This record gives sequence, C-alpha cells and structure tokens, in this order.
Amino acid sequence: MSKKIGVFVCHCGINIASNVDIEELIKYSSNLNNVIVSKDYKYMCSDNGANLIKDTIKKYKLDGIVIACCSPRMHENTFRGYVENAGINAFNLEIANIREQCSWAHDDKKRSTEKAKSLVRGAVAKARLLESLEKSTISVNPNALVIGGGISGIQTSLDLAEKGFKVYLVERTPSIGGRMAQLDKTFPTLDCSGCILTPKMMEVANNQNIELITYSEIENVDGNIGNYKVKIRKKPRYVDLDKCTGCGDCVVACRLKDRISNEFDMGLGKRSAIYIPFPQAIPMKCTVDENNCLMIKHGKCGKGPLCIEACEADAIDFSQKEEFLEIEVGVIVVATGYDLLDPSKVYEFGYSRYKNVITSMEMERLISSSGPTSGEILCPSNNKIPNSITYILCVGSRDETSCTWCCRIGCMSALKQIYLIKEKFGNKVEINISYTDIRSFGKGYEEFYRKIRGENTNFFRGKPSDVRNIQDRLKLDIFDTTTNKLFEINTDLVVLVPELIPRMDSDVFSRILHISQSSDGFYLEAHPKLRPMDTFTAGIFLAGCCQGPKDIQDSVSQASGAAGRAANILSKKELEAEPQVAIVDVENCSGCSMCISICPFNAIDLVEEKGKKQAKVIEALCKGCGACVGACPSGSMQQLGFKDKQMIPMVEETVY
Amino acid sequence: MKEEFEPNILGFLCNWCSYAGADLAGTSRIKYPPNIKSIRVMCSGRVDTVFILEALRKGADGVLIAGCHPGDCHYQSGNYKTNRRIKLLKNFLKDMGVEPERVRFEYVSASEGQKFAAVVTDFVNELKKIGPSPIKE
Ligand code: SF4
Ligand code: FES
Repeated sequence: MSKKIGVFVCHCGINIASNVDIEELIKYSSNLNNVIVSKDYKYMCSDNGANLIKDTIKKYKLDGIVIACCSPRMHENTFRGYVENAGINAFNLEIANIREQCSWAHDDKKRSTEKAKSLVRGAVAKARLLESLEKSTISVNPNALVIGGGISGIQTSLDLAEKGFKVYLVERTPSIGGRMAQLDKTFPTLDCSGCILTPKMMEVANNQNIELITYSEIENVDGNIGNYKVKIRKKPRYVDLDKCTGCGDCVVACRLKDRISNEFDMGLGKRSAIYIPFPQAIPMKCTVDENNCLMIKHGKCGKGPLCIEACEADAIDFSQKEEFLEIEVGVIVVATGYDLLDPSKVYEFGYSRYKNVITSMEMERLISSSGPTSGEILCPSNNKIPNSITYILCVGSRDETSCTWCCRIGCMSALKQIYLIKEKFGNKVEINISYTDIRSFGKGYEEFYRKIRGENTNFFRGKPSDVRNIQDRLKLDIFDTTTNKLFEINTDLVVLVPELIPRMDSDVFSRILHISQSSDGFYLEAHPKLRPMDTFTAGIFLAGCCQGPKDIQDSVSQASGAAGRAANILSKKELEAEPQVAIVDVENCSGCSMCISICPFNAIDLVEEKGKKQAKVIEALCKGCGACVGACPSGSMQQLGFKDKQMIPMVEETVY
Repeated sequence: MKEEFEPNILGFLCNWCSYAGADLAGTSRIKYPPNIKSIRVMCSGRVDTVFILEALRKGADGVLIAGCHPGDCHYQSGNYKTNRRIKLLKNFLKDMGVEPERVRFEYVSASEGQKFAAVVTDFVNELKKIGPSPIKE
C-alpha cells in the first residue's frame, strides 16, 4: 500500500524563512509523489504547530510525515511525540534539516532554497518506505555511579542518596574533598571552606545509601542507559581499612617523616611515606605512598618498617595487591574536576626559576591556618614576611597562544586572597594586581570587588613583562592601559593565577565513557543552554568543572541538577529502548559470520536452525550502529529505520 | 560567460560526531558552500559502499563520509572499518577510470564546526578542478 505523506515546513521565526523561500519549498514538495499535503508554520515545535501536525495527519489520514525544520538532534523526539499524539507510529517520521545545515550555513537564498528542496526530496523518498517500529523495554538498575569525590561529586551523591538510590562514589585519591578541601576561605562570603565542606564529607561517610570507594580508578565501562557494567581498579593502600583507626601513630613513626613533598600543600610542606592527606580526610585512614615507601621500592626499610612497629591495630599489610571490582548501575555522573595549568609553561613569569614566584593555590595553602606555615605568609626563599605582593591574573588564560577561555574564578579568588592578606597585615604590605579585565559576575561578587578596589590596592590593567630577580627582590614592568603609563614594580612575592584546564587524562577517559569533548578538551554537554548536565550518551551526566571552569556555587548547582537528571531515569522501572537495531533476513543469510567479527558489542550469535547456519542479533546488546549492515556481503543484515531499501532511494533522490 | 561548474556533493555524517559538527557550523553561522547535501547515519560504519556508488551513479561529483576521530567512535570502531572499506573502494574506482579523489573520508568531531566548513569548502574547490563526474547516468 502506498504511503500518504504530509510535508511540514517550519519558518523558525525568520531563522529559516529569511534564507529559504518557504512558499517555493511548499509548492515544490506538494508535487512530489505520495505527498498529499504540504503545510508551513512559523514555529512547528510550538503548541499550535503540534495541533497543526495532529489535525493534518487526522484529516488526510497520513501515514508518512516529513518535517523540514531544525536538526533532528534538536527536536526529533519532540516531533515524534507530536506524530504519536495523532495516533500514528512515531517512526514514520523523517526530518529534513533545513536550519543548521542549510539556512544558517549558507548565504545565497536561491541556492539555499534549492538545497532545501533536495533535502526534502530525499526525506520524502525515505518516508515512502518507513515502517512502524515498536519500542522494546529495558529494565533499569536503580543504582548510580558518581565518579570523583570533590564538592560536585559529593553533592550529587548526597542528593541521589537522599532520593533513596544506592550510590557508588569512586574517588581516585585516598580521600574525598577535592580542591575545595585545599582552600582556606571561599568568595564572596568568606566562609571557611573546610567548615562548610567537612560536614558534607561526614554525611557521605555516614550515609547508608553511599558506598565510598576511594583510591580507585574506573577501568572500563560497558552497557547502556539503565544497565552499565563498570570495572573498578582498587589500588593497594597497604593498609587494612577495617583495622586502621586513623590514629596517625605510623605517620609519626615513619623513617621518611617530613621528607616527602606533600601534594595537599602544593609541595610547600612535607609528609611521611605513610600518610593521611589532611586532618579532615574521609575516610580517616592511612595510605602508603608506593612511589616513596622504602619497603615497597626496595623491599626493606632499615631493620624493619617503623610503621608496622608503631601500629597497634596491626593494620599495615605490605602484601596487598590491586583488586578489581565489578558493579552494575543504571546511570553515571562524571564529576572529575579540573587540572591547573602548569605556570612554568608561561616561561616569562619565572615560576620554574624563582622560589618567590608561586601560584594562587600555593598562596591558599600559605594563608590556611592548617597549612605548612600554620597560616603565616612567608616568602619561600627566606621565610621572611613580604613587604610587597604582586598578583598576575590570567596566567595562560584568554590567550590565543595557550588557552582561549576564561577560568571564571581567577579574579575573584585573587581578590579574596588579597582581602585575607590585608586582614593579616593591614596596609603594611603593598599589593599590586595585574589584570586583563576583572570579571565579578556572580551574586555579591561585584560588591566584593569594590570593597577591595577601595582598599589601597594598586590595580594595573595590562599584561606584565617578564619577571626578573634583582638583589633578592623580583622586578617586573606593567604597562597600564587605563593610564597609558609604564609602571616599574619591585616586589617580594609574585602570585600567579593559572588557568583551569581539562584533566590530563580526559581524552582517555572520554573514550572509556564514550562521551565527547568540546574543542577546549572539557566534556561536552548535550546542549549548552537546555541540557547542560547531560552528555550525548544517554544515562551519563556531568557535574562541576569537568564540563568547564566553575566556581563552587555553580558546581554545586550543577551537581544537584545532575542528580535530578539522573534520578529521572533511576526512578523508572523500565525505559523504552531505541528500536533501530539490526535484524537478519534469515532466508538470505549464508552464515558467513562477517557481521560477527564486525560487531563491537558481541551482539550477534551464529546459530543453527534447520541444519542451516545463520546470524542472530541479540537485541538487548545491539546498540544500533549499523556497522554489520554496511559490511554484510549478501545484504541480509539490515538496520531498522536505516534499511538499504530506505537509504538507497534517499541517496538517489537527495543527490540527483 | 560560461557558468562556473558547481559540483554536487553528497555527505554521509555520523550522528554523534560529524553530524553534530555540521550542526555546530550552522549554529555558529560559519558559512560554507551549499553544494553539499548530507544524510545522517548513526555511525559512519553504516555507510555501505553501495551508497557511495549509487550516489556517484545518480549524479554526485563527490561523496564525503565523515566520522568521529580515531578512538572516539560512539560504537568504538565503526570509523576504522569504514575508512578501510573506502580505501578499497578508491582502488576500485581508479581501476574503473573514476578519480578516487571524488570520495573523501574525514574525521570531524562534534566540536569541529570550523573544520567541517573547511573540509566542505576545500572539497568543493578540489572538485571544481577535477570537473564533473564521468559516470553520471
Ligand atoms: S548494528 Fe550490528 S554491529 Fe552494530 S551493535 Fe547492532 S548487531 Fe552490532
Ligand atoms: S559514531 Fe561517529 S564514526 Fe561511529
């Protein structure tokens, strides 16, 4: 029976209409075979558009629909819903993308109109042969995996746990807390960072619904929305977590006490080879640093490891090996955070040459009362109090030669530190700040900035020259573009505020998870405005700085948002599965097994039926890529919704 | 004046990377010539050599197949498989007396709107030099 097709052309306001001649397109499409009716409307996705589609389908008893509008990546699902509302199967719809890939991409209206005609012609050709497809259902595993235990991962885990779902929170380092745990105070309210973070960390530890898996890495992710299988590698801590009480006796006893650079203090302080990363760590347990421990590196430690001697709980176990763990979850939230740009990459500022050039994160540890100097701000070269401190903002940021983006927290974190320095020293210390623009966009930020600006701080708008060392002091020149004057600055301590960059391993990780990165390397959201927490991979969500630089408030908001998005899925018992899977034409299949070697998901079996070997698709495993179809020599393998007999007419009609 | 030859290009773009990249070119209003008309497939692995030959037979002067970067295919390896098939197809085209440059495989990610536009522009210019396809029906 031949199809009755309706063509619907959307103006998208003037987005399409200004560059494609709608009237001509309507006229053209009504003359195509099988097209019974063509209609246009200003906004096809609106309520009125929905009604127009529904009424027209009913009136003309249509069973094939072509909508010429924006990208199917934008509204295919919306329109499938509209079509279904009219009582016909949603898979009888084909979209012609005449916005993103036509009206917006080309200048010449005449040629754009011609292209739009071809796209509609191709879509109609496919629509003539579309078939109704039934969605199968898949069960949903109600557990969640959250990757990363910084403030974003913590917030997402707590929210999901509160909604009643079981959460596996996997953290790479020995403790949760992330970057926020390293901060002294937060802007603009000057809350003590630890004081607002620690209770949340405790909540994670005590929540029955959260299983905390620290010092562990994600090795592999398989499966689909609703049913992900995740392999986790637990690195050996050489400490039995059940026995360790976190008393710290071993830390004090360690032969390498105060000999190893402490990463939590950004290398400014020292620790032992067995350590608790910071006083509020969760879990409050010891970890042996295998890169430094003498026992692990050389197999011996003096006459015997002092930690074992000191540990009354008998918790230290040098025979531990890495372990692998498999968990099953319905959704994954990625909250892996950011890295800081290595400021020695910006050679002229001297970070790798001068001890008294430090980063803002190092300054944060100096300011912190639990830091390596107990809160005293001292120049690293001579442990003296500086008379003058100079901040350089945008190190590596907003710069075509390194990173083009804005780190969004540099200005405010520097202003906050300046406030804290003034609080300690009053006006005894001179403060200079070299900036590009001060970006104080958040609630209460501008007010905070004004307060600092009024307080005896020298603001210079412009990039400074190189930093030089002259007789124990540092010297730099800044050309201030607001006064058009060159300033020569002699200072004791230079603080660099470096760019926030994607995690070093984010490309490897994006492959493990099958999610995309944007051009800056951060993970790509499904839509920058409307789906900022989703990825294009169904069931995987983003929280915090892994998606792009954010301050704490934005990270927490996004983290709660991601928990909400994830809960939408977890709260369902079943999901509808995309039906566009592979099917075998058993009559023609010769059982050559070509498809079996092609399928990346082992979704095809070779079975014997009535003495004849043939391929069989396991629907639950098939992800619908169509690779087997493209490879099948006899054309017996087909993909529903993308069959050869649908695609080839589309190819022919689009091109001619 | 003789009208300039405008090559007719058919594109096959995978849903996850290249189609998204082409969408991004549009959203960012990056302009490229309208000579290309694209068809969406879930993965570049779905692109059958029959599609390409059929397109050439029915009037395409060039066919662009674009997929995710190596390692980024949403289905792990569809892009490698297609790339391999296309290399074979090109040899076959050469034997048939058709310029193998008429078929192009490119990696375009979801964030490479600029690259998509550049690829299309370059392909159009190249085909203008090669001239109309000899095997149009
Ligand atoms: S379409 Fe074919 S190759 Fe792709 S997942 Fe399904 S069975 Fe495997
Ligand atoms: S999904 Fe893009 S090439 Fe496979």
